Amino acid sequence: MTEERRFPIGDSILELDHISLSFGGVKAITNTSFKVRAHEIRAIIGPNGAGKSSLLNCINGIYKPQEGTIIFKGEVLSKINPNFIARKGISRTFQNLALFKRMSVLDNILVGRRLHETANFIEVALQLPRAKREEKENREKSEEIIEFLEIGNIRDTLVGKLPYGLQKKVELGRALATGAEILLLDEPMAGMNVEEKREMCRFILKVNDELGTTMILIEHDMGVVMDISDSVVVLDYGKIIADGPPDQVRSNQSVIDAYLGVAHD
Amino acid sequence: MRAQPIFMTFKKSDVVNFVVLMTLAFIAIPMTVQTDYWYTSILIPWLCLSLAAIGQQIVMGYTGQLALGAAGFMAAGAFACFNLVLRVPDLPFVGALGLSGLIAAAFGILFGLPSLRVRGIYLMVATLASQFFIIWMIDKFGWFKNYDTSGIITTQDIVIFGKSMTTPMEMFFVLVVVVTVLTLLAMNMARGSTGRRWMAVRDMDIAAESMGISLLRTKLQAFAISAFYCGVAGALFAFTYLKSLEPVAFDIKLSFKILFMVILGGLGTINGAFIGAAFILLFPVVLNTIGNNVFHGSIDATIISATEQVVFGVLIIVFMIYEPLGMAKLWDSIKQRLFRKESASVDAPVNQAGVGK
Repeated sequence: MTEERRFPIGDSILELDHISLSFGGVKAITNTSFKVRAHEIRAIIGPNGAGKSSLLNCINGIYKPQEGTIIFKGEVLSKINPNFIARKGISRTFQNLALFKRMSVLDNILVGRRLHETANFIEVALQLPRAKREEKENREKSEEIIEFLEIGNIRDTLVGKLPYGLQKKVELGRALATGAEILLLDEPMAGMNVEEKREMCRFILKVNDELGTTMILIEHDMGVVMDISDSVVVLDYGKIIADGPPDQVRSNQSVIDAYLGVAHD
Repeated sequence: MRAQPIFMTFKKSDVVNFVVLMTLAFIAIPMTVQTDYWYTSILIPWLCLSLAAIGQQIVMGYTGQLALGAAGFMAAGAFACFNLVLRVPDLPFVGALGLSGLIAAAFGILFGLPSLRVRGIYLMVATLASQFFIIWMIDKFGWFKNYDTSGIITTQDIVIFGKSMTTPMEMFFVLVVVVTVLTLLAMNMARGSTGRRWMAVRDMDIAAESMGISLLRTKLQAFAISAFYCGVAGALFAFTYLKSLEPVAFDIKLSFKILFMVILGGLGTINGAFIGAAFILLFPVVLNTIGNNVFHGSIDATIISATEQVVFGVLIIVFMIYEPLGMAKLWDSIKQRLFRKESASVDAPVNQAGVGK
């Protein structure tokens, strides 16, 4: 990240303020606060069960934190549900793939264009001008994304038939199609080989560079995290143990302890 | 990559299919089929039930909501149409038909509400309520039957542009027009943004929600549209096929029949509704014909009807396991093998390592 960025890192765009989440008696996240700056790639790392996915699920509105607020562009997100958050401009991918398996790649990406569709079902049924125009625009946009991700040769294949690596790519495409300002990527490179990981990194950086999309990503591969992220949050047992630029986090003693498994008091 | 226009909902092959089907319906069939039997016992019920199957397809095949109560909505549509024609003198038949669809749609929304809380087999049980409630309501309040005590009410004539449609062929034409229009609308929805939302909810609801799709609206919309189709189908079923109205005709058996049509025809396909309906209707006829002509009645009729049930049961299990896309998919495969067209696009070779340029 040495060269000049087209979208330089700006001020805080998303702020988590004292978030606590528990399931029954189990505390998943405890009093966690951190900020995400506009146009940056923010990594969340931590051992298994540290609460990383839960944190993304809170931002995305799937889980409702018992305490704390999430502030997006200076506005407290009042309604906590995925639909509302999506409309605010935050999109995501899922850890275990949540694609529409019986739909084609193109259709999956087109679903991502949902928020750019305003025609109701009657207009669609009768193919009235607005429905037709929107369909054309959204298909063009989806084709652009397919081209961008270099998945043109599978655009008509049912997603369920694709290998894992390609499915991950389609999921990124669907999230991109929303045109969201913030993308939450839950382990975008899990289960990939080195080759595929390198490719995925390239796409993530390309999206960030060309569109200026802010990214919050969870990743286990330290090499990848150190390479592509601008700043890193480290979670352990639902608490933040470090927050800062990759180099600084790497040398942090409590991070090393958490990863090597030093006994907790 | 395929050289196919990507900005159009309809492909060239669709237009060809459409022209062929319309030629069949308006020229070939009327010219060749002269016996009333074919119209009254096969073609007319087939079109009616296909329409109901499209309704079931929308809620079950596209939106993935296991609903069982199509016949209830059909009953609502049939009795609504009867009352509209009876009580609103100047209302044209097509208007009454549309309104009965809307009335059924209102019931659809009401009985679709459980889908917001429960799913799968539990939803199926919950939607059974529509089946029993609607039939009960019609039986309980005499107004719906115009206080007829005989139990069977004769439907009014279908009057279109001042002309009574009485012969089977005329009724067949009425049906072809209505079914064609509604099928085209259903295809537009299924292939457009509406259908994508249904399927997104079917395949992965949490992801659909994260893309900004409202589960509540999408599910209830699917239930409403489904019930609309069933309602119109029910009205047509009563007015063109049964020519009478009795709640018993719309019992749970009919709901199951429509469910089987959708499963055998192929979940999530519009043409599957037609193929499934044809199979369910024709199979007993074929079995009977075989029983009468090959075995000359030496096989008891009860055995034949039992055979029918057994075969349906086995087929449903086989299709659920081996070909969830049903006969529509089989038909596609046969077509592809015969004409060798577009076959490469469906299973494009997949490059494991990604698609680097």
